Amino acid sequence: MVMAKRMPAISRRTFLARSAGAGLVMGMGAVLPGCSREEVVADVAGTGASTLFSPSVWFEISDRGAVLINIMRAEMGQHVGTALARIIADELGADWDAVSIKHVDTDPKWGYMVTGGSWSVHTSFTQLSQAGAAGRTVLIDAGAALLGVDPADCSAVGGVVSAGGESISFADIIAKGDVSRVFTDEEIAAMPVKAPADRDLIGKATAALDIPAKSKGEATYGIDIEMPNMVFAHPVLPPTRYKSVVKSVDDSAAKSIPGYLQTLTINNTTGFTDGWVLVIAESFPAAMQAAEQVSVEWAGGETADVSEADIFAAGQALADDASSGVLVVDDGDAPAARAAAAETLTSTYRTGTLLHFTLEPQNAVVHYKNGEFHIHAGNQWQSLILPYLAAGLGVEESKIEIHQYYLGGGYGRRLIGDQMIPAALASRELNRPVKLLMQRAQDSQFDCVRSPSVSRFDASYDGDGALTGIEHAAAAGWPTKTMAPAFLAPAVAGEGKFDTFSISGADHWYDLPAHRVRAINNPLAQETFLPGWWRAVGPGWIGWGVECFMDELANKAGEDPVAFRLARLTGAGKNAGSAPNAVGGATRIAAALKDVAERSGWGREMPQGEALGVAVAHGQERNMPTWTACVAHVAVDPDSKAVSVKKIWQSIDCGTVVHPDGAMAQAEGATLWGLSVALHEGTQFVNGHVADTNLDTYSPLRMADVPELDLKFMPSDEFPSGLGEPPLIAVAPAIGNAVYRATGTRARDLPIRL
Amino acid sequence: MIEFTLNGTAVRSDSAPDTPLLWVIRDELKLKGTKFGCGIAKCGACTVHLDGVALRSCTTPVSAVADASVTTIEGLDSPQGTALKNAWVEAQVPQCGYCQSGQIMQAETLLRDNPTPDDAAIVAAMNGNLCRCMAYPRIKKAIKRAAGETEA
Repeated sequence: MVMAKRMPAISRRTFLARSAGAGLVMGMGAVLPGCSREEVVADVAGTGASTLFSPSVWFEISDRGAVLINIMRAEMGQHVGTALARIIADELGADWDAVSIKHVDTDPKWGYMVTGGSWSVHTSFTQLSQAGAAGRTVLIDAGAALLGVDPADCSAVGGVVSAGGESISFADIIAKGDVSRVFTDEEIAAMPVKAPADRDLIGKATAALDIPAKSKGEATYGIDIEMPNMVFAHPVLPPTRYKSVVKSVDDSAAKSIPGYLQTLTINNTTGFTDGWVLVIAESFPAAMQAAEQVSVEWAGGETADVSEADIFAAGQALADDASSGVLVVDDGDAPAARAAAAETLTSTYRTGTLLHFTLEPQNAVVHYKNGEFHIHAGNQWQSLILPYLAAGLGVEESKIEIHQYYLGGGYGRRLIGDQMIPAALASRELNRPVKLLMQRAQDSQFDCVRSPSVSRFDASYDGDGALTGIEHAAAAGWPTKTMAPAFLAPAVAGEGKFDTFSISGADHWYDLPAHRVRAINNPLAQETFLPGWWRAVGPGWIGWGVECFMDELANKAGEDPVAFRLARLTGAGKNAGSAPNAVGGATRIAAALKDVAERSGWGREMPQGEALGVAVAHGQERNMPTWTACVAHVAVDPDSKAVSVKKIWQSIDCGTVVHPDGAMAQAEGATLWGLSVALHEGTQFVNGHVADTNLDTYSPLRMADVPELDLKFMPSDEFPSGLGEPPLIAVAPAIGNAVYRATGTRARDLPIRL
Repeated sequence: MIEFTLNGTAVRSDSAPDTPLLWVIRDELKLKGTKFGCGIAKCGACTVHLDGVALRSCTTPVSAVADASVTTIEGLDSPQGTALKNAWVEAQVPQCGYCQSGQIMQAETLLRDNPTPDDAAIVAAMNGNLCRCMAYPRIKKAIKRAAGETEA
């Protein structure tokens, strides 16, 4: 899968370096409130600086030496601004203490705005490195001229250009020098970026720029936005996500509630929010009270009685039908291997519905004025929702601006800003700023959940007991099919298109004599709810089946699960890997696996009822692999069968680590998410929507459930891949495999319930 | 009208007596550091102090704090509170950060009750505070760091 298929190429701009007055500051979006270096930003954007060097949209330097770096990715806990700013600042030779960042609002100049897929560092690295290097080139040339030295003798480090014993600061260069320069696209592409050994900031310890504000209650999230004359909108949600129609609304009982204003019905929008009713009031408590007094009658959609069991049954029937689905992998002739098999092994793995449960419920403040919509809400994929908003509101995209804030959790939920649509309609209708806020149960009810999934595996063996092929059929609701159908990928053979986000991980790096993978859309899932991209997305549930089944094959062969895997992770043939993203191929998983096996003491004697289990992963994509290997130490209570996890080891190879502590934080969080998925959280569809909508019954992992963690990054100078999601993938199968080794019971459903 | 003290300042609310304290603090008195998470007192994002005791403001009617003293993250300036805020930065605790005001408010009462909490005491005090990013190892680490500073 090629990322360019899904992500329109960011349009190349002429790289223009020039001195300019403050009026030419690029990136006019508001400073992210609560940003920890706001005062520095104010200096740049205000009148404190008289001259600015703004060679690209990505950064600008004032004649006081302040460096402002524009971040178009969403900050939702990954400290992405720090990592991206380090990439630019390193190449630029900037003084890190002079760097501040700004999370920008929507504007076509930023290119395609999405934060997801663990892509941010990977997809930005080259572009931001070259932008920084171009800036350094101009500063060195101008600085050398001022110093009267040869540019070839100069270096730029810490905001100073030096040659021999002489030096001049960036501030002085911008104030006094000639930084006018135009680069062609070709020159930018050829810009000399630093060798890893020459880096000053990348890979070095630093504190995240967003953390101080977040440690004092000063960080501003979308839910914190207020505007003068604003009213509150409290949704009353229809019985189904799709095709519910409001038949009647009776608000007579609400009219006595102080602050209640009126009730709006939202119809004919974009399909995502049809049948919503918004209770409008002067305060949110009044809106909450009034909403309880508003009676709405709907003609429900067709899925009002669908259950989790129905969705599983539909998925199983499809997985069992060899003619269903779209071919994603078709190496060798796996069906022929099965037809000729002396023996087969068939297993089905399932995963249940999961909620994103971002702690900040979905919300949006919309101010419609002068024909334009100003939308204030944290969002991960502005370029996805803008066209939907334009269609739903009947205006050009240029009339809509999404203002960015910190996200109180993303995890994929905020890739779709569906709640913005009714909020915007309400603001236009009421001609007032509207704050739409979902209560927790509503947020859950209309979450874009992780779809229930069914993965069927068929392994074939010849008469000598040798493995001859594996077939894998995976059925689920597909996020991309509903929300971004243009990004579906074509079948590798035969007809059809598939959602890479619902099958990645099945295209693994094991050597197999024959391998066939079918990606199957489950229409009942698709119709019942909006399938979402949930942290680690496809690999997050695909990996559960792939890696547990691999353990089943090892057991059948009577081989050690680590040795069995290593024997098939040789890097032969198509698994050799390729530059720049997957240098080394399967040998890098093998190295991580060997490392984690050694560190965890794999093979050691374990007490009764306890065991180690292992799994590997290559999330998020075969084309952008972060190689991970996980060992889990599990104890199973002999009486209650309760599973507890005592320790988790992971060895993680994501290539170059840009922000080491931030990377470790992501690895810690993702690992614990993997544990939460394995043992703690889950819900199911009952009567068309999720049964568990709040923390009284939905139970993500808590502090008491945290085991000892031993996580390690494999040293690497290779091109950086992604990190927010991949360390999640191998955890649940490692736990499931450990449970089997401890008890002899093979768990095939997530969450694990013995 | 309900009068109480908020972060050392006398304030009054014109909201109905059964209005959850959370919305009075956030929307009427304009302090946004206290967060709305679950609305049923099970996530802890809305934790404030009522006369020094940790309390879930999302299920507490404003009438319950009449004439009492309420502290939010903005007004938390005790030695323990200051040490915790600093430790949160030193240990690089927050990810998305949304729960962290509540985490710190909860942890501050722990440290006042037990200046040297062990792991079990920390878990017992903090288990009701959900961190959806699951930054729990660092929350624990930061509490220990702050305890070490305030104890000395």
